[in-house]
Amino acid sequence: MAAVTAEAPVVVRPSARVKWGSPTAYFISLLLIGVMMTPVVYIILGGFRTNSQITVDPAGFPHPWHLGNYIDILKGTVFWREVLNSTIAAGATTAGVVALGMMTSFVLARYQFRGRGAMYALFASGLMFPLTVAITPLYIMVKDLGLMNSLPGVILPQIGFGLPTTIIILVPFLRAIPDELQEAAAIDGCSRLGFFWRMVLPLSLPGVITVGILTFIGSWNSYLLPLFLLNDQDSFTLPLGVQAFSSQYSVDTAKVLAFTSLSMLPALLFFSLFERRIIGGLTGAVKG
Amino acid sequence: MTDSISEHVSRAQVSPADPAGDGALVAPAPAVGHRPRRGIGWRARLEIAVMTGPALAVFLTFVVFPVVMAAYYGFYRWHGYGEPTDFVGLKNYVTILQDGTFVDALKHNAFVVVLSIVLQGPAAVLLALLLNRKMRGQSIIRVLIFVPYVISEVVVGTGWSLLLQSQGAFNDVLQNFGLGHFTQDWLANPSLAIWTLMGILTWKYIGFAVILFLAGLQGIPNELTEAAAIDGASYWQIQRRITLPLLAPTLRIWAFLSIIGALQLFDLVYIIWGQYVASTAGTSTMVTYMVVNGRNAGSYGFGNAVAVVLFVISLVVALIYQRFVLRRDTDGAITGGRV
Repeated sequence: MAAVTAEAPVVVRPSARVKWGSPTAYFISLLLIGVMMTPVVYIILGGFRTNSQITVDPAGFPHPWHLGNYIDILKGTVFWREVLNSTIAAGATTAGVVALGMMTSFVLARYQFRGRGAMYALFASGLMFPLTVAITPLYIMVKDLGLMNSLPGVILPQIGFGLPTTIIILVPFLRAIPDELQEAAAIDGCSRLGFFWRMVLPLSLPGVITVGILTFIGSWNSYLLPLFLLNDQDSFTLPLGVQAFSSQYSVDTAKVLAFTSLSMLPALLFFSLFERRIIGGLTGAVKG
Repeated sequence: MTDSISEHVSRAQVSPADPAGDGALVAPAPAVGHRPRRGIGWRARLEIAVMTGPALAVFLTFVVFPVVMAAYYGFYRWHGYGEPTDFVGLKNYVTILQDGTFVDALKHNAFVVVLSIVLQGPAAVLLALLLNRKMRGQSIIRVLIFVPYVISEVVVGTGWSLLLQSQGAFNDVLQNFGLGHFTQDWLANPSLAIWTLMGILTWKYIGFAVILFLAGLQGIPNELTEAAAIDGASYWQIQRRITLPLLAPTLRIWAFLSIIGALQLFDLVYIIWGQYVASTAGTSTMVTYMVVNGRNAGSYGFGNAVAVVLFVISLVVALIYQRFVLRRDTDGAITGGRV
C-alpha cells in the first residue's frame, strides 16, 4: 500500500475554496465527538465515584473523587493476570499471523508454480468461513488436543483465522515491489531468500505493521473463542475477565466501571500510539 | 482489512494482463525458465514448501477442518463426548427451520442488516464529506470517532448496559433536561430493545465506515471537483454528481462487510442481554441462538447444524451481493479468488 501510495501524487485535501457553512461543520463535529466520547468518559469517571454517588445521581461527576475502586483493582492479582494472558495471546497471535502470512504471501506474490492460484483461492475462501461457523467443532478439537484452558488453544485458531485477510492485504503489497530491484539484487549475488530478508521485509514494513496492529487489536478484543475455550479463571483474558467481574460484583457498579475502564486502557493506549498507522493503513489500502 | 478486497481486486484484474510483472524470479533462479510454469527447480520447490507449509498446516487444521466437521456433526444428535453415533439425518435442520425462536433470530439479523445499511451508510457518507473539508483539529476528530471501534465489545456492552439501565445515567440525563416522559426501559422493552441495539452498533461501527469513506474520498482527484466548481456547480451538485459516484466502489465494499458482520452478530447481544433474555427482549441473533441451544444446552450436533444454516445463509447472501452489486468491482474476488 505504502509503496503504491508513495508513487501517487500527494492528494491535497479537497478544495479550501468551498467556504460553505464552516461553523456548522465545527458544530456537527463537536456534537459527534460528544456522542462518541460520552460513554467512554462515563465509564472512566464512573470508576472514580462511589456506589452511593452513582445511585443518587447516575449521571453526575465524581464528587469527591474516589480512587479506591481503581486502587483495589490495581493492587489485586486478577487484573494483572488477565492483562498478562491477553498480552501473551495477542502478541503470539500477531507474531504468528505476521510470520506465516508474510512467508506465504511472498511465495504467492513472487513465485511461479502450478497450484499457486488454487492456494490463493484456498486462503481467500477463509473470508467466507467466519469463526462463528467453526466454533463448535473447534471447541471439540481443542478439547481433544488437550489445549482447553490454555492460551495456545486460543492462539493457534486465531492465527488460522487471521491468515486470509493478512494474505489478501500482503500479496498485492509484495507484488508491487519492482522486479528491477530483485534483478539488481540477484546481480549483486543475492539469493531469493536473501532478497526476502534484505529487501522485501524492510520494504513491506508499513503493510506488515498495519496487519500486525489490526491482528493485535482483534485478538485483544476477541470474545467468542476465549468464551468457548477458556473456562478456568486463571486462563481468562481481559474480555472474559470484564464479564466475570461484572457478574461477580454486579451490585458494585462503581467497581465494575473501574475494572472496565482499566481493561480498555491498554487497547486505547496501543491505538493512540499507532493511530496514524491504523488510519493511514486503511487509507493507503483503499487508495492502492 | 476491508480495503484489501478492493485492492486485491484491482490486482486480480491487472495481473493476467501483466505476466511479466509476475514473472518475478527470472533472474535470480536460472532454473526458472523465461516462461512461467515450466519445471521449477527442486530448490524453489523446497522454498515454497518450507515457506507455505506452516501457514497451510495451521489454516487447514484450525479453519478448514472445523468447518468441514461442522457439516458432519450437524447430521448427528451428539453431546460432545466420544464419537457421534446417533445419526439423525436432516432432523436437526428440520427442527431449526421449524423453530419459531430461530426464525425470530433470523428476522432480527435481517433487521440489523437492513438498518445498518440504511442508517449507517448515509450518516457515514455525510460525516465523511464533512470531515473531508479543510478544518482545524481534523486529525483529532478522525481519531476520536474511531475510538469506539477499537474498544472491545465486552467493554462496550458492559458500559452501555450500565448507562441504559432503567435507573441509569441516560434516563437521568433525560429527566434533568425535563424530558422525563421520554425515559424508557431501553434494554428490556421488547419493542425498543432492537433499536437500542442498533444505536449501540451504530455508535461502535460508524467510525470504521467514516474512516473507510474518507480514504475513498482522498482518492478522488481534486481536479474533477475544481473543474466542476469552475463550471458553476454548487457544493451539493458536486457531491452528488462527482463525489458519490466515484465513492461507489468503497460504499459497495463497506456494505458487503457490514452485511456479513451483521449476519454474524454475537458479542454485543450476548454480553448485554445474556443467554436467557436476548430472545424475550427481541434481540437474539442466529449466533446467540446457536450458542444457547448448542453449546450451552450441551447439544453439539444441533449447534453445528445451526452453524451450517448460518454459513449457507451468509454464503447465499454474499454470492447474491457479489453477483448483482459487487460484480463491477471484484470480478470473482470472493468466490473464485484468482491470483
